[in-house]
Amino acid sequence: MSRYQLMTKDQRDLVALVHQFLKKELDPYIAEYDEQGVCPMETVRKLMDLGFWAIDVPEQYGGAGLDVTTIMHVREAIAYHDAGFCNTFSAQTFGWKPVLLAGTEEQKLHYGRRLAEGAFWSMCITEPQSGSDAGNCKTRAVRDGEEYVITGSKCFVTNGGVADLYTVTASTDPSRGSRGISLFIIDRNTPGVHVGKHENKMGIRTSNTTDLALDEVRVPASNLIGAEGTGFKTIMKMLARTRPTGVAPAIGVAQRALDLAIDYSRTRLSFGQPIGNLEGIQFKLADMEMKLQCCQSQLAYAASLVDRGIYDTLVGSCTKCFVSEAVLDICLQAQQIYGGYGYSREYPLEKLVRDARIFSIYEGSSEIQRYIIGKTLVGKI
Amino acid sequence: MNSLVCVKQVPDTTAVKIDPVTNTLIREGVPSILNPFDGFALEMALRLREQAGGTVTLLSMGPPQAAETLRTCLAVGGDRAFLVSGREFGGSDTLATSYILSCAVKALEERTGERFDVIFCGKQAIDGDTGQVGPELAEHLDLPQITYATDAVQENGRLRVRRETAEGYEVLECGLPAVVSVTKTAYELRYATVKGIFFSNRAEIPVITPQEMEGKIDLSRAGLKGSPTKVKKSFTPQRSKQCALVDEASPAASGTRLAALLFEANKI
Repeated sequence: MSRYQLMTKDQRDLVALVHQFLKKELDPYIAEYDEQGVCPMETVRKLMDLGFWAIDVPEQYGGAGLDVTTIMHVREAIAYHDAGFCNTFSAQTFGWKPVLLAGTEEQKLHYGRRLAEGAFWSMCITEPQSGSDAGNCKTRAVRDGEEYVITGSKCFVTNGGVADLYTVTASTDPSRGSRGISLFIIDRNTPGVHVGKHENKMGIRTSNTTDLALDEVRVPASNLIGAEGTGFKTIMKMLARTRPTGVAPAIGVAQRALDLAIDYSRTRLSFGQPIGNLEGIQFKLADMEMKLQCCQSQLAYAASLVDRGIYDTLVGSCTKCFVSEAVLDICLQAQQIYGGYGYSREYPLEKLVRDARIFSIYEGSSEIQRYIIGKTLVGKI
Repeated sequence: MNSLVCVKQVPDTTAVKIDPVTNTLIREGVPSILNPFDGFALEMALRLREQAGGTVTLLSMGPPQAAETLRTCLAVGGDRAFLVSGREFGGSDTLATSYILSCAVKALEERTGERFDVIFCGKQAIDGDTGQVGPELAEHLDLPQITYATDAVQENGRLRVRRETAEGYEVLECGLPAVVSVTKTAYELRYATVKGIFFSNRAEIPVITPQEMEGKIDLSRAGLKGSPTKVKKSFTPQRSKQCALVDEASPAASGTRLAALLFEANKI
């Protein structure tokens, strides 16, 4: 079957390393972790220790400094083994991204080093009443001398339970709506920070997801990222950079589903022959391969744009929306080929379907992406 | 403590198939890997470097593509690598190979101005399975050797080696330099690292050619003409369900009976 052919030698070697590592350290145990809904943090750390800490933090701030295209390939490879594990891996630096865009040099140096030393840093935007509507932020931050006092509630925080640091959106001026939103760095050990329960999710169950309650949390004013009121703008700027490849893990999940379906079609006998000999099955596999190749190419294109400093809203949203939906379809087709075994928890396919379901929901749902695409196309009339 | 690790690129035997007509290995399309025993040897050398400092140098003999295996070794932590390669070396058996390697070791020491304290080899390569190159290399270099090592540590400037024997384990100590051939260890070769991969893909791997060793190597002892081993035939044994069971009252009686059967069958 086809594999993306434009990888550099470094990228091929990194991908091979990821597969070698996870095949041995994760594959034998993943069904158990999935069932229990736990993330094997020791394994995550062991993989990180091979040089993946602070993966997207520039070298001058102590990170690995890999480019977006390389990170995309690495994430695809990790998600081939488990999408939830990939989420934990990638989210190590989620909270860092606004700092790189709007933070001070001191913040970059200080926190870049902390990430390189193994800190996990979550990004907290979503609140119980606002997901897609990110501007509707009820968390408040009130200036008090040289400090801010932050109170509010965040939910669906990726790595919430394992993070050492959080970047949160909080309104410093509710009268200004999204223009009143600011970004703050909060250390987990600060009094008033309460980590909630782990979400019992349908898929990506090995990705830790929690609530975060902030009860009059006092942070120094130096923990503000950028100026007051610029938080929403920074988040939008960040999404323009992360969205194009945020869905990279979906490729790994779909590739795994397709590989399993091909293997199964070669060994499963029906009517006296392998079902892979049947045109009905071959056509299904062909459709899956076509979709997967398109997704892979589109993602690679989107990633290379970001690596060149080109942030194209249309490309980002089209990629996210198309890939997330195509990948779910590929997994459903693979499940169909597996028949009854595809519906059984004893076999690997149903997990892939559950995992694949997240991609068109998180990081901007398909509806939000279509809204962005449509609005951009039509413009102001 | 400077180590040299001799490694070989071998076909991944778990992926090798045998041509049923010619009875030879189908090497086409079979991925090449680092000989697993050489991997254990490399890990031992890396651990020794962690314990006693120094460098780990890699050496391989083979066609130009064998450099890929050397890069694999650099990615997990080797400091530098050299490839011995040349048309004149093609078709070498173990005697010729170990002779060429011994000349290369001398050439390397001259080139780097550095003496290797320990020369590690895997106990055997999984393609040829002879297990001869390591011990022969020690003889060519006139160095003490310890075979079937499972662990090695430095102690007061000497090497303390745990080695596997038919009866169990023994611990030997020897002065340096020495040659150590390594069998399966309790530990596995470590993973590559991101930095290691970047380093290995940018590393220059100098090729030691026959020309470079001119005057220091007797080419009549290299390659096909330097190899006394002649392969007459290579074949896959026929599977047969025909068998005779030898189960006499005592092992001695079984031995006598077995010898008689083999003699009758003109096998001995």
